[in-house]
Amino acid sequence: MAKRVVIDPITRIEGHLRVEVVLDDNNKIVDAYSSSTLWRGIEVIVKGRDPRDAGFMTGRICGVCTYSHYKAGIVAVEDALGIEPPLNAKLVRTLLDYSLFYHDHIVHFYQLHALDWVDIFSALEADPIKASEEAFKYVPKGYNPIATGADELKEVQKRVASFAKKGDLGPFKNAYFGHKTMRFTPEQNLIALSHYLKNLEIQRIAAQAMAVFGGKNPHPQSLTVGGVTCIMDLQDPSRLGEYLTKFKQLAEWTNRAYYADIVMAAEAYRNEPSVTQKNNLGNYITYKTMQTGKNSFLFDACGYIKDFDLGKFYEIDESKIEEDVTHSWYKDTGFRHPYNGETIPEYTGYVDGESIDGKGDVVHTKVVNPKGKYSWIKSPRYNQEPMEVGPLACMVVNYAKGNERVRKVVDEFLAKTNLPVEALFTTLGRTAARMLQTKVIADYGIEAFNNLVENLKVDQSTVSPYKIDKNKEYKGRFIGDVPRGMLSHWCRIKNGVIENWQAVVPSTWNAGPVDGNGKKGAYEHNLIGMKIEDPTKPLEVIRNIHSYDPCIACAVHVMDVKGKKLGEFRVDPLYGSC
Amino acid sequence: MNDALMQKMKERINELRKLPGVGSKTIKDVLEENGISRRDFLKWSASMAAMLGLSSSFVPVVAEAAEVSDRLPVLWLHLAECTGCSESLLRTDTPSVDDLIFNYINLQYHDTIMAAAGWQAEENYEEALNKFKGRLILCVEGGVPTKDGGEYLTFGPHAETGLEKLKRTAEAAGAIIAVGTCSAFGGIQAAAPNPTGAVGIHKVLNKPVINVPGCPPSAKNIVGTILYVILFGALPAVDNFNRPKFAYGLRIHDLCERRGHFDAGEFVEEFGDTGAENGFCLYKVGCKGPYTFNNCSRERFNQHTSWPVQAGHGCIGCSEPDFWDAMKPYEKPLADNYLASIDADATADKIGITILTVAGVAIAAHAAISAMKNPKE
Repeated sequence: MAKRVVIDPITRIEGHLRVEVVLDDNNKIVDAYSSSTLWRGIEVIVKGRDPRDAGFMTGRICGVCTYSHYKAGIVAVEDALGIEPPLNAKLVRTLLDYSLFYHDHIVHFYQLHALDWVDIFSALEADPIKASEEAFKYVPKGYNPIATGADELKEVQKRVASFAKKGDLGPFKNAYFGHKTMRFTPEQNLIALSHYLKNLEIQRIAAQAMAVFGGKNPHPQSLTVGGVTCIMDLQDPSRLGEYLTKFKQLAEWTNRAYYADIVMAAEAYRNEPSVTQKNNLGNYITYKTMQTGKNSFLFDACGYIKDFDLGKFYEIDESKIEEDVTHSWYKDTGFRHPYNGETIPEYTGYVDGESIDGKGDVVHTKVVNPKGKYSWIKSPRYNQEPMEVGPLACMVVNYAKGNERVRKVVDEFLAKTNLPVEALFTTLGRTAARMLQTKVIADYGIEAFNNLVENLKVDQSTVSPYKIDKNKEYKGRFIGDVPRGMLSHWCRIKNGVIENWQAVVPSTWNAGPVDGNGKKGAYEHNLIGMKIEDPTKPLEVIRNIHSYDPCIACAVHVMDVKGKKLGEFRVDPLYGSC
Repeated sequence: MNDALMQKMKERINELRKLPGVGSKTIKDVLEENGISRRDFLKWSASMAAMLGLSSSFVPVVAEAAEVSDRLPVLWLHLAECTGCSESLLRTDTPSVDDLIFNYINLQYHDTIMAAAGWQAEENYEEALNKFKGRLILCVEGGVPTKDGGEYLTFGPHAETGLEKLKRTAEAAGAIIAVGTCSAFGGIQAAAPNPTGAVGIHKVLNKPVINVPGCPPSAKNIVGTILYVILFGALPAVDNFNRPKFAYGLRIHDLCERRGHFDAGEFVEEFGDTGAENGFCLYKVGCKGPYTFNNCSRERFNQHTSWPVQAGHGCIGCSEPDFWDAMKPYEKPLADNYLASIDADATADKIGITILTVAGVAIAAHAAISAMKNPKE
């Protein structure tokens, strides 16, 4: 008989998320539901305001991928007003992106995801000398491991052991340590534990890198419609040096720890079915991001692939991006393009049901109503098809398009781990893709910095002038990849103020509920078929959901109370399509 | 607006009267052995004393206070928020976040950091409420939705609303710290038209709340406030908006590195101009530093790396109540009639007059004219 497990809250993510899985007698997942439990409503709040204020407010959609929505809010307005910011400004924005991606990805892997892979108590049993030697196995050619010297590992053990002896494990209490699907050896666990602690220090460097030209982190403040404000920092060579140093430190950490630890995970977990089960949804979509020069982007694909087929690359037609709310807590208005977005809240809550609890008992709980509405997240679709977005989408679509740098980094990783290319389409692959994206930045991203320095020799401009004509109507958008995948913001300006604003965000694509055509999004679809060792400790589910790096604050900002129809959709992008 | 402000200030003052005096007992147990050397410990105490605005003669007292404090049980509750405040906490280096968790606080629940999930996370939460009843330090990040019974936020398998969960948790708390502008004043989701009826948590609680606003507040201000409670076993002295005076006692403008240019009448007229290249004052491109109480200009962000004014952008006033509505537009000066309306200290009510006259009538006129002109451009 089917059993249900309600997992609420999903922790170690941004925001509030519930996942429910339905298990058959063999504990195989036969159905899954993703439900967000918070709604904030930022788009309606920016309405009627000065368009130049929008970026500061949309920036507050998320403090984890901080900067993503700030930049999106600024660029959408620039696009609408027909402003081309100076090259210096574009490149500085890319440098802020680098620090964001570095920060987001390393914090995700070590602080948010690692405890699904790493057993801290097992690490206390490890032989530090053996672990120290083993660490050399996983680094890429030409690099030495970091924070894995035998003495350092002994100190880590001592520190954590003395903490554990106090009798209250604090944030490590009640974890799934000892779970059967944990596959690291004690030595591998110790290496990862040392990196978990070291990364708390490294992530500060990534945040500082953003603050050099961004003023602070989280929520940087140096962008303005038309350009950037950090002109003094750009004219100060010691500031450039400060950024460069931090970039290099982060590149080193990427190679000497992050890359190595993913290779280690690939080796240890290659026979764990719950992380190597092929995804069910084979559609991946991405958009170009990280401008490195006048006409170059680090990730230049604007397109998608279908049914896991790396042999065929399709370009995006922006008019085919739509959102549906059949099973979201909004009044149903069918599939709508974001320029015509309509969002009228209609909360129907959860219904009475049962779940297996943490002790194995069947208890009364609230559960989703699969026939009705069950999430604050909308369901974006491309050409009415669900798509997965994120670093994995960025890597495989750029791979399919023939982005040489991506191909090189991906192929080298597959060779080092002796994994087939299909291994990318799994929980393990999704976690690896985030690291591979970071590796591309580490290996090639410095080009943007060098081009900025070159350009500053001949051009000091940081802001382009513009005028807002109150008698004119404007329409514009931002599309680009951010750490969790393809993000777009769509705005209309009338009478000099914002008339409508819609954001279609990465976690919405992945975490949304089933749509009006009965098609499930990535979270729900990809969980089906996975076997759970122990329904009271659904680590496999949590590991899978964490592999997307959920960002629920981003996903639940949507609202347009008035539900105005906003005229015909027309693509008129300033920066041109791909 | 002034009437509303007066009302608000009266409410605040009434709440202030309910605050316990300095020396109220929250934490008095013996500090557990934590393996830190005496030298490191004194170094840390010195940096804390400096952070809290105390002279070096306080260092031994700080050290002593820390030695006799318990490791503090902290429960961190996320309401309607963006996790920016937790991210800011992660950036702390005095002490570092691992040091804070391993040695100074006893982090019982923080859903961005903790290992447990689902049923196991719920169990941790309830256990902390029971085990540490009355001496739990509750840190809240995010505003609380109140409209339609608070249905815009639910928690756990029984779908308890955020409003219910906050109230229930606050019952068990010995001290409550609102981390960030959302939990202090409602934040971005409370900006007009506030579709979810989000409010700062003090609006729905009948216990004193220490507000540590900022969007997000710096790691220094978050950790500093928590450490104050650890070190002194009491709540810090606060201003009329319940913000700790050690962090929010001065205006951004008071210690701003561009203050000399303000006094000299040298302003950035437009972003990217020669005034911007020369680091002139950002008042005319909207800096709200003169109306904003915070220590950004002294402490900066990310281990002193920078702060918005250094990066050439004016302050947007993020530690003031309702700043999303009160401080807009963020890149234009506020109109004259606004100048005296939102400050936290009675003395600061005169701010508009003060800042624009101490430096000379000519500058006052200069700035005032620009303030009137700009909105029409």
